Amino acid sequence: MTVILGQLMLGLVNGAFYALLSLGLAVIFGLMGVVNFAHGAFYTLGAFAALVGLQWFGVNYWGALVLAPLAVGILGVVSERLFLRHVYKLEPLYGLLLTFGLAMIAEGSLREIFGSSGRSYPVPDALRGAINLGFMILPVYRAWVILASLVICGGTWFMIERTRLGATLRAATENAQLLQAFGVNVPLLFAATYGGGVALAALAGVLAAPVIVVSPLMGNSLVTVVFAVVVIGGMGSILGSVVSGLTLGIIEGFTKVIYPEASNIVVFVIMALVLILRPAGLFGKE
Amino acid sequence: MRKSGIIYSLAFLFALCVPMLGIYPIFMMKLLCFALFACAFNLLLGFSGMLSFGHAAFFGTAAYATGWLVTAHGWGTVPAILAGVVVAAALGLIIGLIAIRRRGIYFAMVTLALAQLVYFVCLEAPFTGGENGLQDVPRGSLFGLLTLKSDVAMYYVVLAVFAAVFALIRRIVHSPFGQVLKAIRDNEPRAISLGYDVNRYKLLAFVLSAALSGLAGSLKTLVLGFTTLSDVLQANSGEVILMTLLGGSGTFFGPVIGAALVVTLQEYLSDIVGGWVTVIIGGVFVACVLAFRRGIVGELAALRFRRRSPQPFAGDRQP
Amino acid sequence: MKGRKWARVLVAAALAVLAGSPAAVAAGGEIVIGDIDDLSGTYADAQGVGGIEAIKMAVADFGGTVLGRKIVVLSADHQNKPDVGASKFREWSDQNGLSMLIGGSNTGVSIAMAKVAAAKKVPFFAIGAGGASLTNEDCTAYTVHYVYDTTALANGTASTIVKSGGKTWFYLTADYAFGSQLQNAASKVVEANGGKNLGAVRAPLASMDFSSFLLQAQGSGAAVLGLANAGADFSNSLKAANEFGITKTMKPAALLAFISDIHRLGLQTAQGLYLTTGWYWDLNDDTRAFAKRYFAKMQVQPTMDHAGAYSATMSYLTAVKAVGSADSDKVMAELKRMKINDMFAKGGYVRADGVMVHTMYVMQVKSPQESKYPWDYYKVVKQMAGEEAFGPVTGACVLAPK
Repeated sequence: MTVILGQLMLGLVNGAFYALLSLGLAVIFGLMGVVNFAHGAFYTLGAFAALVGLQWFGVNYWGALVLAPLAVGILGVVSERLFLRHVYKLEPLYGLLLTFGLAMIAEGSLREIFGSSGRSYPVPDALRGAINLGFMILPVYRAWVILASLVICGGTWFMIERTRLGATLRAATENAQLLQAFGVNVPLLFAATYGGGVALAALAGVLAAPVIVVSPLMGNSLVTVVFAVVVIGGMGSILGSVVSGLTLGIIEGFTKVIYPEASNIVVFVIMALVLILRPAGLFGKE
Repeated sequence: MRKSGIIYSLAFLFALCVPMLGIYPIFMMKLLCFALFACAFNLLLGFSGMLSFGHAAFFGTAAYATGWLVTAHGWGTVPAILAGVVVAAALGLIIGLIAIRRRGIYFAMVTLALAQLVYFVCLEAPFTGGENGLQDVPRGSLFGLLTLKSDVAMYYVVLAVFAAVFALIRRIVHSPFGQVLKAIRDNEPRAISLGYDVNRYKLLAFVLSAALSGLAGSLKTLVLGFTTLSDVLQANSGEVILMTLLGGSGTFFGPVIGAALVVTLQEYLSDIVGGWVTVIIGGVFVACVLAFRRGIVGELAALRFRRRSPQPFAGDRQP
Repeated sequence: MKGRKWARVLVAAALAVLAGSPAAVAAGGEIVIGDIDDLSGTYADAQGVGGIEAIKMAVADFGGTVLGRKIVVLSADHQNKPDVGASKFREWSDQNGLSMLIGGSNTGVSIAMAKVAAAKKVPFFAIGAGGASLTNEDCTAYTVHYVYDTTALANGTASTIVKSGGKTWFYLTADYAFGSQLQNAASKVVEANGGKNLGAVRAPLASMDFSSFLLQAQGSGAAVLGLANAGADFSNSLKAANEFGITKTMKPAALLAFISDIHRLGLQTAQGLYLTTGWYWDLNDDTRAFAKRYFAKMQVQPTMDHAGAYSATMSYLTAVKAVGSADSDKVMAELKRMKINDMFAKGGYVRADGVMVHTMYVMQVKSPQESKYPWDYYKVVKQMAGEEAFGPVTGACVLAPK
């Protein structure tokens, strides 16, 4: 029993990451219609920004939590202006291909500069130690991760669904031209949205740095799972992505106990089932 | 059509002379296998308008099937290749049935995720050898008559298979079936309104493309003598997309040119710049999407004729 | 149609030129030594780029030429992929006149390369890969397994820990050839010494998150956590074990650790660990002399793999000189006949199955207080004669029947 609870707890931690990442992906897709294949690369960049910040500039974890997403967000805005905006008028699949190419460039460069074996990032002092939950010893840091991502996800959802800015963003999805006629600077909005979405990914990367090994390949293995999560939750639904992300993390943890070999594929199997039974996704609007 | 016949003959003549020119046969065979893979992929992308992000699953599964049958069960070369094709087609049927329910990006993402599933199955399955893969796969002989150990002999066999499949793909595209596929690619709602069972056509195209990709994978296993996880990796799917895009989807020779360029780049650039090859390939990808969507062959044809050759996903606007 | 025609002819011509050029690089009487290794991944610190440097040092010390022929060193990164390693080996053999291949690190890749060695009849010094199968089921007439293997590691580390009280074992195993062979070797030693193997969990090579695997290990209630992995996997799993408080209830067993790992972990984390090594920089004046020269170039102390690469290159060149030719069969015969006496091994010899039998050392990592100067990390617990460490010939290799 303790083993199950322990794995579920770890699953919840993983689910928190899935939720954060699929949140950014859903925001970008929902508001811009672009499937951001480079999302994993920005996540990796966030973690490396924290690492580099610490090793070269002495920026500690808390500073990195703010600065890394900022830096990566700016990089995102630049990418959007330079590359992405050319594909809006084309078929959506070109956006997927373009971001795929950008991901290759980013991850390949990181691998050449830092080597593929990965570095470790220390847990910040304030969050060291562990709590004895009875069924397992949970490092304080992992509890922090769950808390932080719930807050961020909740905050983002609130901002998009309940504020005026969010309403403007949602209007841009429905009819960008009309919105522009109203005087809203739509290109700026798009750039900011992309920057914001990838900043969320980078934030997830900083949160992940002390937990997993910071390696150029970390985003690659995660991005496919996150895609599946978004498909399950419903492509445009933010609430759907968050809920699916957390739930799937827990299901994955559970699978590790009862049938470990399948833990890698359980998300994809569920995705296949959802596609057969409810193609729009669990929370999708179609 | 006669002129293209001359061109193909020239290219084929050159290919026949390759061993005499002192070019490394194993490199050329690898090139041919990937060119075959790209042509099979193009059947789906260029001519049917469907972008699959997980074609490595078919390439790799057939590769594993052939490798395993030859090493663990001592199957003959030709039956093992055929088995690989059948396995890939079956997998194509299963994945196709699930994926075709969606279109456009969703279709792409579904194929991506299902291919990842295949990757993990290959990682865990006992007979695939996991991280080590299947090693030391013997080439055997062609129907017990011609032994394939010699690189030159194997090269001609691979070339013959490639030429045959190339001709087959041309036949398919120019057939009534192929015309319907192009119609579906250009405007699916209209095709439906004309009474075609669109899903059946798409599924058949998918299975065909999967089967031929599997053929490429099986051949590659015998040429190089091993199957590893690289064959089912995401990166492999991405590369075949690049080859097709770079060369020109919707053309026949485009994928061949694209495959030749990418394989050559990887082989010789990696000696000079090492791992930066991936970055360069990513850059080429980005450049292609931004400025070069018709690919080399497509752009040249358009230049010459000033008519728009079809861009990929021309009519595909629904999710 | 004309545009397409010219395009094709041009591209075909370009390809022909490109493809034709490397064929011209074939050796003109040179001795070509190739190093295919993990240059950027999990095992890059244990051997990697430093291994290439060690080989070059050996070539320079030997004089740069042998039998009047210039010695050339090639290198490539196999990225821990058996297909990449095997292809590169085959290509160098077909196109570049390869005389000898050295390196490997990854057991799976090395097994694949050993097969190519047998097919192409090129001597292969397997350095860094641990799997003992390289000299058993996967042995070839051209493989020399130089620095250590999983048998020696188990006979050293596992037996020391079992004998000092760690009776029940649970393994965290890298999920490929090396991990399973190491786990099996250790399990046998544990049982032979009255201990019990409670189970194992397999983690993919280069895993990023070991937490769920470690939780399973903890659930087993074993006294010892057998880490059947290496390189970055080893350091990362040990760190995670610390983080989850597992090292308080289970004793970690570093079944394979290099000095580069200990350096990365730091003495605070690594102190008290037992490990088995084939060489240590601070053993005697000879080892220190080599280490000093290596340190000047690489800014880190050499691991046993680096010293092994140097020694293997020297032994090969010595054998070539002795038989007067680079003919693989003659050289292999000489290698199995001669004695190896250098800073790496005293009285070492290559057995019929390919194992280079030499003294192995069981070490314990010093505490921060015990360490008096930089890289003063180990104290010798036990010195094992080669025959004891590598065990008797098992008979699994066709070249060395019982």
